[in-house]
Amino acid sequence: MDPHATTFGVPSRKMAMWVFIASECMFFGSLIATYLSYEGKSIVGPTPAEILNIPLTSVSTFVLLMSSLAMVLALDAVQSGDRRMTRIWLGGVILLGGLFIGGQVFEFSHFYHEGLTLQQNLFGATFFVLTGFHGAHVTVGVVWMITLLVMSLRGTLGPERSLDVEVAGLYWHFVDVVWIVIFTVVYLIQ
Amino acid sequence: MSSHATAEAGHESIYAGGLRSWLTTVDHKRIGILYGVTALLYFVVGGVEALIIRLQLASADGMVVGADTFNQLFTMHGTTMIFLVLMPLSAALFNYMIPLMIGARDVAFPRLNAFSFWTFLFGSLLLNLSFFAGHPPDAGWFGYANLTSKQYSPGMGIDFWLLSLQIMGIASIASAVNFTVTILNMRAPGMSLMRTPLFVWMALITQVLMLLAFPAITVAFIFLLFDRFFGTHFYIPTAGGTPILWQHLFWIFGHPEVYILILPSFGVVSEVLPTFSRKPLFGAPFMIFSGILIGFLGFGVWSHHMFATGLGAVADTAFSLGSMLIAIPTGVKVFNWIATLWGGRIRFKTPLYFAVGMVALFIIGGLSGIMHASPPVDIQQTDSYFVVAHLHYVFFGGTIFGLFAGIYYWWPKITGRMIGEGLGKLHFWLMFIGMNLTFFPMHFLGMDGMPRRIYTYAADLGWERWNEVATVGAFVIAVSVLVFFVNAIRSAASGARAVGDPWDAATLEWTMSSPPPEYNFAVVPAVNSARPFWLHKHGPTRDISTHTKEEGTPAQPETPPVRVDLPSPSGWPVLAALGLALMGGGALVGLWLVLIGVAVLVFGVYRWAFQPLERLGHPSFGPASTGGR
Amino acid sequence: MRQRTEIQRHFLDPCAVRRVPLTRPLVTGTLPPFLAAGAFFDRLLTPLETLSRERSIFRKTLLAALPMLLAGCGTGPDWRTLRPVSDFGRLGSDVYGDLIWWTLGIFVVVELLLLYALLRYRSRRDESGAPSQVHGFTALEIAWTLVPAAILFFIAIPTVRTVFVMQGPPPGGDPMEITVIGHQWWWEFQYPELGFVTANELHVPVGRTVNLTLTSADVIHSFWVPRIGGKRDLNPGSENRLWFTPTEVGQYHGQCAELCGTSHANMRMRVFVDDSATFAEWAAAMSAPAAPDSAGAMTFLISGCAACHTIAGTPAQGKVGPNLTNVGRRTSLAASLIPNTPEHLAGWLRTPDSVKPGALMPDLNLDEQRIHDLVRFLEGLR
Repeated sequence: MDPHATTFGVPSRKMAMWVFIASECMFFGSLIATYLSYEGKSIVGPTPAEILNIPLTSVSTFVLLMSSLAMVLALDAVQSGDRRMTRIWLGGVILLGGLFIGGQVFEFSHFYHEGLTLQQNLFGATFFVLTGFHGAHVTVGVVWMITLLVMSLRGTLGPERSLDVEVAGLYWHFVDVVWIVIFTVVYLIQ
Repeated sequence: MSSHATAEAGHESIYAGGLRSWLTTVDHKRIGILYGVTALLYFVVGGVEALIIRLQLASADGMVVGADTFNQLFTMHGTTMIFLVLMPLSAALFNYMIPLMIGARDVAFPRLNAFSFWTFLFGSLLLNLSFFAGHPPDAGWFGYANLTSKQYSPGMGIDFWLLSLQIMGIASIASAVNFTVTILNMRAPGMSLMRTPLFVWMALITQVLMLLAFPAITVAFIFLLFDRFFGTHFYIPTAGGTPILWQHLFWIFGHPEVYILILPSFGVVSEVLPTFSRKPLFGAPFMIFSGILIGFLGFGVWSHHMFATGLGAVADTAFSLGSMLIAIPTGVKVFNWIATLWGGRIRFKTPLYFAVGMVALFIIGGLSGIMHASPPVDIQQTDSYFVVAHLHYVFFGGTIFGLFAGIYYWWPKITGRMIGEGLGKLHFWLMFIGMNLTFFPMHFLGMDGMPRRIYTYAADLGWERWNEVATVGAFVIAVSVLVFFVNAIRSAASGARAVGDPWDAATLEWTMSSPPPEYNFAVVPAVNSARPFWLHKHGPTRDISTHTKEEGTPAQPETPPVRVDLPSPSGWPVLAALGLALMGGGALVGLWLVLIGVAVLVFGVYRWAFQPLERLGHPSFGPASTGGR
Repeated sequence: MRQRTEIQRHFLDPCAVRRVPLTRPLVTGTLPPFLAAGAFFDRLLTPLETLSRERSIFRKTLLAALPMLLAGCGTGPDWRTLRPVSDFGRLGSDVYGDLIWWTLGIFVVVELLLLYALLRYRSRRDESGAPSQVHGFTALEIAWTLVPAAILFFIAIPTVRTVFVMQGPPPGGDPMEITVIGHQWWWEFQYPELGFVTANELHVPVGRTVNLTLTSADVIHSFWVPRIGGKRDLNPGSENRLWFTPTEVGQYHGQCAELCGTSHANMRMRVFVDDSATFAEWAAAMSAPAAPDSAGAMTFLISGCAACHTIAGTPAQGKVGPNLTNVGRRTSLAASLIPNTPEHLAGWLRTPDSVKPGALMPDLNLDEQRIHDLVRFLEGLR
């Protein structure tokens, strides 16, 4: 019997990532639910309306969305064995992901200067913990992508390893989807 | 007798080897043993904590320990028993038996499996390090805010508690991913989900519960860590926060957690009763669906732990009705178990005693649980000794008895030795009597108004007599545990050699030698029934609902006909786990240690990720390669 | 009967088992003490094994059940939660009684079925082979799903009804409002309508509905007087409500029921349900306390007590600790922990922490004369 045969016909590593994503949904769900239950309960300001910059954050949301597109294209390149495009698109994911993180850092330091700190009020606490953990997930993703890029540069990321890229892509898309939810709940619906 | 000699050689080799082989093992069987031994040792630790508690409470105005020490003792007792005993003991059985029961050679991710164990071990050591640091946690095993805030718990005890549980939570989630994929994706050909053994099914539901429940407590811990370390106000009322948030997050985890704790026992009983009644589990599909329903409904009842909190009549009603609803699939299981015994030819061996004991005691725990589901009654019972009685009937009577049934049932398979019947039965009776002596009177104490978590009580309240009885019972339990250890040592040292199938059982784990060879299955079995080995041994019988022309699954041949390669041992999981532990411990020491921990973790993970699973030095079995690979 | 291969016999034949004394322990390379332990247990325990192989399951079950029965025969069980002295408690105990009968009934039936199955279907020596391989019986399984559902329906109805009554408005038109504030580790009772504050001993008139507003000054506590009824938490930052109408004159024990720190066990209270005359007299004394002895009051002030304590009618207006107005009348001290006698009060003043571990009242290092004077002063506040 083929040692890699699987009951559901899905490679175990891919199934594992889906299962992990289910768990992460509960994780971010709890953070978002807390944000919502504490909305409007801060005793002192600043409030979301005073401090959130929707146009700017829309741009970084777009950037993250584009990084998911780059990810899809990177996977396609790996699967067809196109080394050059693999490196370009992986580089794109890293660049766009890094840009997103950079945008977050810029935004957060601006908030700190405006007086919104972790300790200032409930909005600061719930906002920074939620977006901070999301940002940490993005960072882990970027590191992962850099690893894949290095492998590609060394020539060890061929079509036979496309599953690894697919799994990384699943993670990346999930992190992107979480951001869409956060952006909607925190920024758009106030 | 050459087959016997080869089998004996197989018995030695899988557990042989020194420290290094145990540190780098990725074999699910060894990892199962690691979990089991660790859990049993912590059982003694948690038990000693309980004995001191009972000594203090045996008389009014007791002077055995002081107030702070007592608070630390019950906190550590609860935390230890739940996270360091019940969960890892279940994990031990999952690890050892699941691949064997589904026809697999290991779990889906062997190194992740090892990582889970070492992470758990290091987390548990961090928790107990709190004793040596002089600061054990003291806010109860569910650490309600805002008692746990920096203002009201300024010492390091709560930090030890938080960090160690957070670390162990990561181990659990990793395990849950691993076993979910293993059970879904690595079953032998022909083993459809409805042909999967009940123990494996209950394990699957448990894993899904862990996946979805642990994140809630992870978030609860994150908020508390941030409040304590970084000055946020998640649980601080003066800043607009509410301690009730902690209760919600904790119990959203906490209620599924109790099903995580009981479902494995349900699974064991569903394996043991049929074997010793010599007939199938009555209504296996019903048992599977009721388990799924319990898992699902378990997420909708968490606020039945909060009926005294003041949530309002509508919320109380909703959670009350949900809690009553969940009693239905649970009760159904009891009837199916009784029906399994009914009409059987029951052999009274030790595993059967524990399985039946589990059912008998769980009935009591379940019934007191139904009383708790009614808020007008619960507001008298909650936070009193009544709920202490309830939880011990389900955790001790339910989980512990069920897990001991599993330990005695699978002992021959795991160790290759039989374990004493006489001492086993003595263990059972002492534990059964002791357990009832300790916990039944607590119902009365609760009904009489004795709150829980009090280090002493006034002499004129009439509580002394039952507390004395309960203390005597606790020591009877202690003796029973001693009997078990004696039995275990004796078996390991000089127990009779076990055959592959000492109980004439029905499932795949009995088709190979005891203990199994390192590769588990010489030949991947083909399965065409829920009771494949039984079908092979005893042939199709009148009432069998599967295809009567099939032959069942035969016993495994001695050696693999085709070469079998196994994953090589690896030291990277234990290193990565160490990195995680350094991060946790580092939070108590200084940022520099946290950063070292991060570096060790990242390094370990990278080496792990780039180490191929099959490489030089791997164990390999069967004839030399005939070409391929 | 199919022909068994050598391998199958090895797996299935129990006679293939033989005792292997003291050779090849489970883990190779194990220490000699391990083997010696095994030998010791071997010799010691064989007679014990024979003893426990005693056949009678029925006798053993009775023996095991005995503790449960014995446990019920303790001295003076008060069964406080089942003997309510208020309408609120009565609402709860009615449902409680229902549930006890249901659960006892189910317990007896199910455990008897289990016991019967074990005794009736144990394998006999002359039986070989397997019994009839019944896989299930859908109709029966559906029946034993529906019957518990029906029973739960009968439990749910009074439950839901009672939830809404208990959490609805207090009966009658004019409840007496009392505010309960939990502190580590004592109870503050405010009577806003009557204009005074007291601590740890709650007085209420019989037959008059009382509406409690519950909150906390620090951590979560829980108000529980078992004979009055169920408990309700005291949450910092929010308010809970609990009403009751006491029906019997008497003194009732209460305790905090939510872990709140070191002396959680010592956060006790007494509830006095007084007849109307007694209550009126008590309330009058609280509203207009007798003028205290001025020398004593001076001692009280200069000892630093006024920083935390209030005594109505004196300059002492501290809000940190319990209100001590008419403290001499109270039957107990330190949150109903010790009797109110001069000796106990002196002991408390001497070293509060030794009476109540973790007590937030500091040790003021008072000399014996000062303690004597303070005790005389405080006991005189009636």
